[in-house]
Amino acid sequence: MATETAKVGAGFAGDRSQMLKGLIQALGMLPVLILIAIAFHLATGKFLNATNIAIVMQQASINIVLAAGMTFVILTGGIDLSVGSVLAASAVVAVATSLSGFSFLAMPLALLCGLILGAINGSLVAFMRLPPFIVTLGTMTAVRGVARLLGNDTTVFNPSLPFAWIGNARLFGVPWLVIIAFAVIAISWFILRRTVLGVRIYAVGGNPDAARLSGIKVWVILLFVYATSGFLAGLGGIMSAARTFSANGAQLGLAYELDAIAAVILGGTSFVGGIGTIIGTLIGALIIAVLSNGLILMNVSEIWQFIIKGLVIIGAVTLDRYRLKGSART
Amino acid sequence: MATDGGTPPTLEMRNISKTFPGIKALDSVQLKAWSGEVMALMGENGAGKSTLMKVLSGAYAADPGGEILIDGQKVEVTDPLRARHLGIAIIYQELSLCSNLSVAENIFLGDELASRGMVDRGAMRASCEQVLERLGATFTPSTPVNRLSIAEQQQVEIARALHARSKILVMDEPTTALSSRETERLFELIRQLRTDGLAIIYISHRMGEVYELSDRVSVLRDGTYAGTLEKGEISAERLVKMMVGRELSSFYTKEHDPHGLRGKPVLEVKGLTDGGRRVNPASFVLHEGEVLGIAGLVGAGRTELARLIYGADPKAGGEVLLDGRPLDIREPKDAIDAGIAYLTEDRKAQGLFLDMSVLENVNLGVVDRDARRGGVLDLKTARRRAAEAIRQLSIRVASAAVNVGSLSGGNQQKVLLSRWLETKPRVLILDEPTRGVDIGAKSEIYRIIDDLAKTDIGVLVISSELPEIIGICDRVLVMREGHIEGEVGGPEGREITQENIMAYATGVAA
Repeated sequence: MATETAKVGAGFAGDRSQMLKGLIQALGMLPVLILIAIAFHLATGKFLNATNIAIVMQQASINIVLAAGMTFVILTGGIDLSVGSVLAASAVVAVATSLSGFSFLAMPLALLCGLILGAINGSLVAFMRLPPFIVTLGTMTAVRGVARLLGNDTTVFNPSLPFAWIGNARLFGVPWLVIIAFAVIAISWFILRRTVLGVRIYAVGGNPDAARLSGIKVWVILLFVYATSGFLAGLGGIMSAARTFSANGAQLGLAYELDAIAAVILGGTSFVGGIGTIIGTLIGALIIAVLSNGLILMNVSEIWQFIIKGLVIIGAVTLDRYRLKGSART
Repeated sequence: MATDGGTPPTLEMRNISKTFPGIKALDSVQLKAWSGEVMALMGENGAGKSTLMKVLSGAYAADPGGEILIDGQKVEVTDPLRARHLGIAIIYQELSLCSNLSVAENIFLGDELASRGMVDRGAMRASCEQVLERLGATFTPSTPVNRLSIAEQQQVEIARALHARSKILVMDEPTTALSSRETERLFELIRQLRTDGLAIIYISHRMGEVYELSDRVSVLRDGTYAGTLEKGEISAERLVKMMVGRELSSFYTKEHDPHGLRGKPVLEVKGLTDGGRRVNPASFVLHEGEVLGIAGLVGAGRTELARLIYGADPKAGGEVLLDGRPLDIREPKDAIDAGIAYLTEDRKAQGLFLDMSVLENVNLGVVDRDARRGGVLDLKTARRRAAEAIRQLSIRVASAAVNVGSLSGGNQQKVLLSRWLETKPRVLILDEPTRGVDIGAKSEIYRIIDDLAKTDIGVLVISSELPEIIGICDRVLVMREGHIEGEVGGPEGREITQENIMAYATGVAA
């Protein structure tokens, strides 16, 4: 039948454009990243050298870790606004524990703190069926208070922090912060692309009704993604505390959730869920870090840094949507 | 009756073509509709009906060379607003109402009455009342749309068309979600609108409706114009031939042993109920190698019964036995693990993951069984399963990496079916297995069902299409208002005929 051949024809074209679309989605922002980096190098003459790149990577590392967790959440069609507060609470737990007699528990307790707070978000979303935006808006506020409470509303400081190496040491010349960030990306990639869990995360984000009727326990998936986001925020807390030997419950991690969300969206992940890649998120986070670093190198005032960063995010995503729309129109 | 030589048609579309990259969706199609007539537009899925209507509505621009004439005057339909001003109203299958707004607000949407920038709700309501009265509506202008049934929402859409003084009303499969009583009322309304002088274009798959309503039928096939039949010439054979381009010799397949009910029971349902909300206690037995149909009007509780068996909705009482063992099903996962599979009636909303590939969609039910240690995907097995499914069910797709969303309805349905077949079910529940599927794929799905019935699994088929139920089922349960009203085709039941089923479905057989 003529329709069938036509369909196969369209299907074949669809396949190639599908692959292309996937490629564009994954690498969509890579050209933008390279372009911005080159532009800064031309403007300042000192952007693209090993020292500065290491600095940029180091600055990006915490946001990469948070954005990785955020990617899991957004892939299910959710959002986690609480990561900045969870990071602060975990950092305070880490430093405070390191000052106690059980300093070896500093890192495990901080991670556990993040995991539990994330699991609370997940439970509220999965079992109470509350909207993720509202749940995490609430925990963002409440956990900020908890972070201040845990540190007696002061800066907890430990000059001989047992895990300071995370923030300051290097392995074969690569800062540990960067190694951790890339390890998180690699593990996330593996989970999303190579495990049953990953397929189900995409399925729940793509069509929650169909997911349940296909025998997927949607609550398990939701619990997992929010717990992961919390856990990684806890890891971010350790990284952050390790750099400064200290943690302040009131100020640490303020607005970090916004940078993490921006990185995920820059990376091409759909806000309604079901579509997106972790590599995209990595590129998105690097764009944000390159922008911050480059603008500082150019001595742009902080006020203008905000304005330019915001506009670049909007512009880049607009460009991306426009291009994807063009290629998808078959 | 108006003819080509008489008054110019109210609407004429000439030589309309529409090319998308790589595919010609419409090729020199024509269409004529006169006021005071119902013109039916038929064709398989993918024949180009919706594309043609999107050209008419201004949503798509046709290729150069085509013309649209209204009352003999050439017009340019550049966008939907222009179409509205030209008197063209289209009621899509998916109604386009704002469910949070009132009836009056919807009717006036985009055209609100206002004085000095303030919305004049009183004037809007008053004006609506007239239109609603004309339609015989039982709701008021201030009723929120989300309180209305689908049939009533259709009336709102019609009211909107009347309010805009439309001359041409297009209805795309308006009866899909209606009960038979609602359908009758809609038909009365359509006849009244015809008498009032509207030109009505009625798109439908259902032969019965086309006989009943239309003054002429135009048929599209593969994006081309296949011809028009006048009232006296309309017959099912001729229409099918025009739509498919060939005779359908063996449309339904029933080669399996029709006495599957002699096999041992595989599924036993005893007094299953949701507490009487939608399903009163229901009991029946499904045997190995049997195709058991569940017929009934829309809203009779067929899907709800299936969802109870499957654990998609919580049950209030009763039990489900598989191979004689009682099951404790709390959620779909439990049913699947026990060996019950359920193909949902709405494949896009409840079945498929449109943004995911054929490979992923086929394997979703079994990825955990296939997985290696630690939940790592077994990509090799997954690829093999997908390739086999594509071959065995002849799914037309270039590769398993293609997103399911880009496939035709029939191929999507086969992908979904293959997902369930991969789980190796003991019982397969198929809810409207051929809805929105073209005729060719329908026939293939019937063959697959027949092949399944040759094995030892039990198949439960829910369908609103009686010819389908009669064509493929060994035995049929008929539901009415939440309970099983009767059984036809069983050892002591009546014969499986349209009349016997309808008698139970409407309650006259009691």
